[in-house]
Amino acid sequence: MPHSPHLSRSDFVKVVTAFLGSIMGLIVGIPAVSYLISPARKGSAADDWIPLGLLENYPIGVPTLFSFTRTKVNGWERTVNSYGVFVIRKSDQEVTVLSNKCTHLSCRVNWIEADQHFFCPCHDAQFGIDGEVLGGPPPRPLDAYTGEDVKIEEGNLFIHFVEG
Amino acid sequence: MFQKIYAWFDERLGLTTIYNTTLDRKVPKVNWWFTLGSASLFLFLLQGATGILLSIYYVPSPDHAYDSIQYIMTGVSFGWLIRGIHHWGASLMVLTVFLHMLRTFFYGAYKYPREFTWVTGVILLISTLGMGFTGYLLPWNQRAYWATTVGTSIAETVPWIGPFINQVLRGGTDLSAVTLARFFSMHIWWFPAIIAALIGIHLYMVIRLGISHVPTAED
Repeated sequence: MPHSPHLSRSDFVKVVTAFLGSIMGLIVGIPAVSYLISPARKGSAADDWIPLGLLENYPIGVPTLFSFTRTKVNGWERTVNSYGVFVIRKSDQEVTVLSNKCTHLSCRVNWIEADQHFFCPCHDAQFGIDGEVLGGPPPRPLDAYTGEDVKIEEGNLFIHFVEG
Repeated sequence: MFQKIYAWFDERLGLTTIYNTTLDRKVPKVNWWFTLGSASLFLFLLQGATGILLSIYYVPSPDHAYDSIQYIMTGVSFGWLIRGIHHWGASLMVLTVFLHMLRTFFYGAYKYPREFTWVTGVILLISTLGMGFTGYLLPWNQRAYWATTVGTSIAETVPWIGPFINQVLRGGTDLSAVTLARFFSMHIWWFPAIIAALIGIHLYMVIRLGISHVPTAED
């Protein structure tokens, strides 16, 4: 066959096949990669304002436990976690909110009225009414909700809760 | 550069020979009905690719099957597309495989020396229907549950051994987690393995014997 300046029939078919194949590969490939990495692109930080009820309902000077649950959704699985905070009302508008999670190994502490301290039953840790360590193994005071993480709106107390 | 790399591999793998025997075969002048086999093969590969992707998120348990599919449809990017392709590809594959069988039958392409190609093709058609039957239960919704209840009950009407076949299919007297697990296993391991092996034999026969021409008046 004499050499033709035009594209031969079989070369034309090759080019068209490669071109259409690439487009089809991209149409399938891009969604497939996006599908695989999809869960990694979603943020995990979940924070919310938790209402703890009317501030005036909390007795002055007595740490009072408030319990609440948060639901965490991972894919198709829902996990309900329980949390607790102690609300310590100092005066009409002054309030301290402490996590009830011991800073040693995350057991839940109780308020012992007779001894006027928080007590962790796991390793006999003791915390003062402001969360300071009085004895036992904890490395730091109880976590407190202070400053911008606490607000009072129309007499209702809120804490800014960050999951994790 | 590219020529050199190709020559290096060609010398060791025989790529040109493979290309010549599989794609540069001599074929008679045929029509569009002869593309149905390639279409079926393409759909099988597409179903395999999308199925592997679906198995990333799908869980074959009564507790999670339905919810995990809801998650694929609404929580994962392009999940609706991957499942949609798998869903419609399944129906299309049954259609193309069946039409491929009809083409072979009406053109008499199953005759000597291609009888064995026909036999493997029959098993491939039945396996494709098996893929459809087992895949239909996996969404674990009302339609899936009752379709499988009816389907397995039909097997029960076989004389004498019917109830036994039904229990083997269901993995017990009732549809349960056992049924879902075995249908899932059939759907992603047994049938794909059988189909892949038979496609290999089927294509080997096609390459070895060539394809038949469109029958003429003299035939």
